[in-house]
Amino acid sequence: MSDAAIATAPAEFAPWEDAQATPLIRFQNVTKRFGDFTAIDNLTIDIYEREFFALLGPSGCGKTTMMRMLGGFETQTEGTILIDGQDVAPVPPNKRAVNMMFQSYALFPHLSVAENIAFGLKRDKMPKDQIAARVDEMLNLVQLGKFANRKPHQISGGQRQRVALARSLAKAPKLLLLDEPLGALDKKLRQDTQFELMDIQETTGTTFVIVTHDQEEAMTVASRIAVMDHGKIIQVDTPAKIYEEPGSVYVADFIGDVNLIEGSVTKSGDDHATISWAEGQQDLIGIAHDEIPAGTRATLAIRPEKVNISTERPADMTNIIHGKVLDIAYLGNMSTYVIETPTGQHIKAQAANTRRIRRRAITWEQEVWLSFTDTAGVVLTS
Amino acid sequence: MRRLSWFNTVSLTLGFAFLYIPMLILIVYSFNGGKLVTVWSGFSTKWYGELFRNEAFLDAAWVTLKVAVVSSTIATVLGTMAAYVMVRAGRFRGRTLFSGMIYAPLVMPEVITGLSLLLLFIAIGLDRGVLTIVLAHTTFSMCYVSVVVSSRLVTFDQSLEEAALDLGCTGFEAFRLVTLPIIAPAVISGWLLAFTLSLDDLVIASFTSGPSSTTLPIKIFSAVRLGVSPEINALSTIMITLVAVGVIGASLSSKRTIAKRAKDEQEAIQ
Repeated sequence: MSDAAIATAPAEFAPWEDAQATPLIRFQNVTKRFGDFTAIDNLTIDIYEREFFALLGPSGCGKTTMMRMLGGFETQTEGTILIDGQDVAPVPPNKRAVNMMFQSYALFPHLSVAENIAFGLKRDKMPKDQIAARVDEMLNLVQLGKFANRKPHQISGGQRQRVALARSLAKAPKLLLLDEPLGALDKKLRQDTQFELMDIQETTGTTFVIVTHDQEEAMTVASRIAVMDHGKIIQVDTPAKIYEEPGSVYVADFIGDVNLIEGSVTKSGDDHATISWAEGQQDLIGIAHDEIPAGTRATLAIRPEKVNISTERPADMTNIIHGKVLDIAYLGNMSTYVIETPTGQHIKAQAANTRRIRRRAITWEQEVWLSFTDTAGVVLTS
Repeated sequence: MRRLSWFNTVSLTLGFAFLYIPMLILIVYSFNGGKLVTVWSGFSTKWYGELFRNEAFLDAAWVTLKVAVVSSTIATVLGTMAAYVMVRAGRFRGRTLFSGMIYAPLVMPEVITGLSLLLLFIAIGLDRGVLTIVLAHTTFSMCYVSVVVSSRLVTFDQSLEEAALDLGCTGFEAFRLVTLPIIAPAVISGWLLAFTLSLDDLVIASFTSGPSSTTLPIKIFSAVRLGVSPEINALSTIMITLVAVGVIGASLSSKRTIAKRAKDEQEAIQ
């Protein structure tokens, strides 16, 4: 399974960086309004073949609307959506080479597992023996051969999820849409299923577009993530880039845990920027690809696990913050320390618990130094 | 099993006595040998024989059955269509007005419905007969079907239909292959409701029936006005038996379905 995780790594597969590649899906200035409410606001994006593309955002950000427009259940108010070069606006859902896996799975309760999977194939007037062969193939793919004759209410939630996946893949669509596919599963099952999904995406070579509000899920499965808010895409990037180099405070804050340190820029250039942020503390340096004029208000975003904590002032680090331990959260494999600076800001640092707890040196109310390198944080102006 | 307290025993007995003593008396007297309805003169089944030789009653029963089957079928089709539009079509212009108007016949006094239909049939010059009774029964039972079916459709997961469209169905195929099989129990109970309503309707039928087309309730009502005959007791006993068999059968089969479902779900968990 870990092979699949490596295979989707961007180093080998990055059609979005190839100017020659033709996208499978193109949203061109698409706007969708429901009455006065703008669900999708002038959105432009390309999605490429064989991608596992995640739409990530809080509820009401427009991610589901985007997916339903691809499925043909909504029509955009303005703009064009192209799938495989074809304008799909006049094409009804039943004529699109797109299939969808619904959040509720939408399995037909009156049909058996095998009949559910065969449903779409029968509509295509496929010969009977071919349907049977294809259904067997799909049942093997999701490892449900034994359950072919059960009804949906006779199988467990995880099995239903796989039937829904098999049914939506049976017609070998160019594009598979997954609407919060793992939302109804418990955590352990969800993690296993994420890897299974990636495996299946690899084997079938289908383009997957997944809608989720679970950032961990998006990070695990996706080749690229689009972070959305209020009908706009805030950033599209690989999971690593989204996490390491968020383009805005919103993205930094939405994905994972982050310290946001506000200040004003004193120096910028050479891929870095320096901000002065509190009296009595030294200036902090972070990555900034564009030059920022001095004096601009900016935020340094730094992940807690990239912040070192020590009881003595480290000698060779670029960024050092002095403070006092306010809180310690023991999470088993690691601990999160909340440090209060003399000016009252709270900054989090995370350290792996490589030693037994009673041997650790840091405790409440202790004076500590936090430090991080000049490439650990990013300086953001929006 | 728990023993009931004396208070509960008394209330139960009184309640059931209130409900069933009239019917019980009717059944007992249907086996009365004598002509007088109120005087017992020995056990006999001769009135059942008399009943099956009475052409007028048999004709009326046949008309009633025909009317009930045809009108409840039409009402089910129309009522289901109406329910589907009301629940599914979203907010179109005049939706509130239409949904209110569909339910109005539920509370309309039958006399008024009957009278207005009679006036309509006279106005358009339609001769009263089986056809007019069918039309009238369809009109008033359709709204009952619509109520039953729409209450099922409200809880129907719309993504099932979208999944059908997504897998290549046209709108009508999605309805026929997915929606209809799933809401079938509601449609069938709607049909049964319409069927029973038509079967025992007296008021509307008496406004809209013609001389050649008397339904059983009209026949019984007019016969009773000339005095209760033991034949009517026999007829009523047959009807009570049929209804009882139907109700008990339905409840047993639904109990079995529920038990089977519970067992299936147990299996799924394992």
